[in-house]
Amino acid sequence: MKRKLIGLLLCVAMTATMLAGCGSKGGDAPAEAPAADAPAEAPAEGGDDAEADADAPAASGDLITIGFAQVGHESDWRTASTKSCQDVFSEANGYDLQFVDCDNDSAVQLEAVRGFIEQDVDYIIIDPIVSTGWDTVLTECEDAGIPVIVIDRTIDDSDKYVSWVGSNFKTEGLAAGEWLKAYAAEKGITEINALVIEGSTGASATIGRTEGFKEIADREGWNIVDSQSGDFTQDGGAEVMESYCKSYEGKFNVVVCQNDNEAFGAMDAMKQAGVSYGVNGDVILISFDACTAGLEFVKSGDINADFECNPLAAPFVEEVIKTLASGGTPEKEVYMEEHWFVNEDILSTIEVNGETQNLTVVTDEIIAAQY
Amino acid sequence: MNKLKKVTGMALFLPIFCMVLVMAVNIVYDAASGNFAFNFFTISIRNGVLYGRLIDILNRGSEIAILAVGMTLVVSASAGTDISVGSVMSLAASFCCMLLAGYGVSSTNDLAVPLFVGVLGGVLMGCLCGAFNGFLVAYLNVQPMVATLILFSAARAIGLLLCNNLIVYVRNDSFKFFGGYAGFMPTPIIIAAICVIITMVLLKKTALGLYIQSVGINKRASRIAGLNSAKIIFVCYVVCGLAAGIAGIVGASRISSADSNNIGLNYELDAILAVALGGNSLGGGKFNLAGSIIGAYTIQAITTTLYALGVSSDVAPVYKAVIVIIIVTIQAPPFKAYMKRLSARRALAKGGAAA
Repeated sequence: MKRKLIGLLLCVAMTATMLAGCGSKGGDAPAEAPAADAPAEAPAEGGDDAEADADAPAASGDLITIGFAQVGHESDWRTASTKSCQDVFSEANGYDLQFVDCDNDSAVQLEAVRGFIEQDVDYIIIDPIVSTGWDTVLTECEDAGIPVIVIDRTIDDSDKYVSWVGSNFKTEGLAAGEWLKAYAAEKGITEINALVIEGSTGASATIGRTEGFKEIADREGWNIVDSQSGDFTQDGGAEVMESYCKSYEGKFNVVVCQNDNEAFGAMDAMKQAGVSYGVNGDVILISFDACTAGLEFVKSGDINADFECNPLAAPFVEEVIKTLASGGTPEKEVYMEEHWFVNEDILSTIEVNGETQNLTVVTDEIIAAQY
Repeated sequence: MNKLKKVTGMALFLPIFCMVLVMAVNIVYDAASGNFAFNFFTISIRNGVLYGRLIDILNRGSEIAILAVGMTLVVSASAGTDISVGSVMSLAASFCCMLLAGYGVSSTNDLAVPLFVGVLGGVLMGCLCGAFNGFLVAYLNVQPMVATLILFSAARAIGLLLCNNLIVYVRNDSFKFFGGYAGFMPTPIIIAAICVIITMVLLKKTALGLYIQSVGINKRASRIAGLNSAKIIFVCYVVCGLAAGIAGIVGASRISSADSNNIGLNYELDAILAVALGGNSLGGGKFNLAGSIIGAYTIQAITTTLYALGVSSDVAPVYKAVIVIIIVTIQAPPFKAYMKRLSARRALAKGGAAA
C-alpha cells in the first residue's frame, strides 16, 4: 500500500513537472501579446498605425494573415528569428500571424503548411527543416494561389516559391578572409597559419563559410593547418581546440571558429594551454554568428572579429510582401544585410566581392541592440 | 605459459587489451611522424594544471564514465538499457542553471540561489527522472527501452521549457568549478573517481551487488528466494538517474551554460557502448563495473586519438565504427568460446581439474 502511494506520488510529481513546464510557456504568451500591441507603441509610430490598431478588433478581416512554419527553438539564433517575425507581423502592424513551431520535425512542417492552405492564409513563410520533398506541397500552395516565401534554409527540389530570404554564408566566409588579409597587412603579419573549427558536417553554414574562407586562403597562399568539426557547440569547440593546442603547439597564429559557441569553447581550451589570443594575444580569433554573448567577447578583445549571420529576416520578408501586394515581382533571392564586427578601430572598410563594406566597432550600444 | 593463461583469463583482460590497442595506434603514429614515440602519453604541468592527451581522455571521458556506472547497474538488474540518460543529463543541467540564474534570465554573473542549492536541485532532478523510469520498469513492468523512451524524448523539451527556450549562461567562477580544475587536477576526473569508488565500495562491502546480479539472472527466482526484486530494479534506475544528474552538472559547468539541445546528446549510446565494451552482457545478470569504466575511457580514447591523428571530421565516424567492430569482435562470445575450448583441451591433456 505504502509503495503504491509512493508510486502514485512519483507519477503526480512527474506530471506536475511537465505541466509546470507547459504552464510557464502558456503563461508567457499572454504576457507577450499585450507588449506587442501596447497602446503606447502605436501612437509613437504614427497616426496610421494607431488607426489600424483601432480598426483591428472591429474588422479583423482587414488583417493580412500569414502562416509561418518555423524550424523549432534550438538556439538563441532561432529564438531571435521567431521573435523578429512575431514583432514585425504583429496585429498592430496589420497582420495576423499563425505561428507553428515544428520542433525540427519535417512531417509536422508539411502538415503545418497544409493547415495554412486550409485556413486560406494570404502568405506562407517557411523555414524548411529539410531541403527536399517540397514540390508536392508547394504545388498545392500554388494551386491555392498562396505565395510562399522561404527564409533562412533553402529548398532544393522546387522553385514554386516567390522568394528566398536569407544569409549568404559564402560571403560571410569571404568577408572573414578579406578582413584577415587587411588586418594582417595592417599589423605586419606576413605568415598566416590558420586552424579552422568547422560547424556540423554538411550544414549549409559550414559549407559556405569554409568555401569562402578557403577561397581567400588559397588566393593569398595562407596555410590552413587543420580543419575539424566542432559541431557548432561549445563543448565540441573546446575538445577540438584542446587537441589542436597539443598537435600544433606554436605552429598557428589564426583560429577560425564557425560559430560563437565554438569560439567560447576554443577560448577555454587556449586559456588552459597557455596560448594567448585576441587583440593583445599571439593568436587571431575569428568567429561567426555575432550573437550578444559573442559581441561581448569582441568588445573585451578576446575575439578579434565576428561576422554576423542575421536572424532578423522578418523586415526583409515584409518588403517582399509589400512588393507582392503592390503587384510587383520581388527578387528570387534576397540576401540580408549583415554586419562585420571588430574590436579595433584600425580598419574601417574591407573589399568583399569587389564591394566596399563597413566594419563595425563593437560598443555597449551595439551589444544592447543585438539579438 | 601458465602465467599468460592466467592473465588472459582475467575478466578485465579484454577491455584493458582493447584500450591498450587504441593507445598503441598513437605510439605508431607519433613514431612514424618523427615525433617522440610517447608524445601522446606525456603529462606535464602547465599554468599550474595537468596537461596532456591522457589527461584529456580522463577529463572528457568523465561524463561517460559516470553514466556507465549507472548504466551497468540498470543493464545488470533489468536486462534492458536506460536510453534516457542523455536527455536526463540535459534536464538536470537546465534545472540547475535555471535555479542558479533564476527563471527567464538568459545570462547571469551572480547566482540567484546558493551554488549547492542549484547543484543539489539538478542532481535531485536526475534522481526524480530515474525514479520515474524505475517505477515504470520495476512496478508497472514496462519494457525498459519503452519506459525510458518517454524521458528520452520528453526530458530535453522539459529542460527547454524550464529555461524559457533559451540557453542559460551562468558565468560565475564558483559554478565553473565542476567542469574546471580543483588545484592542478581537472574536477570532472575527481568527480568520476568518487562516483566509481563509492559505487564499488557499496557493491563490494554490501550484498547489493550480489542482489542486483541475482535479480538480473532471474527476477522471479530471486523474489521467491526472498529478495524484493522490484525494489532492487527501482533502486538501480534511481542510481542511473543520479549518475545522469551528476554528469549533467559536470557537462553544464564545463560550458558554464545549459545548452539543452546539446548537453548529453547521444551520450546514452556511448554509455551503453561503454557497458558493452567492458565485456558485460546486455542481457543482464553478471556484471563488471570496472570493465564498463574502462570501456567508457576507451570510447574517449578513440575520439581523442582521431583528433590527434587529424582525421577529417567527415570520415571520423567511420574509423570509430571500424575500431568498435574490432573491439566487439574480440570480445564476442564465439571468440571467447574458442579461447575457452583451447584452455579446456589443455586442462584435459594435463589431467587436472581446471583452476
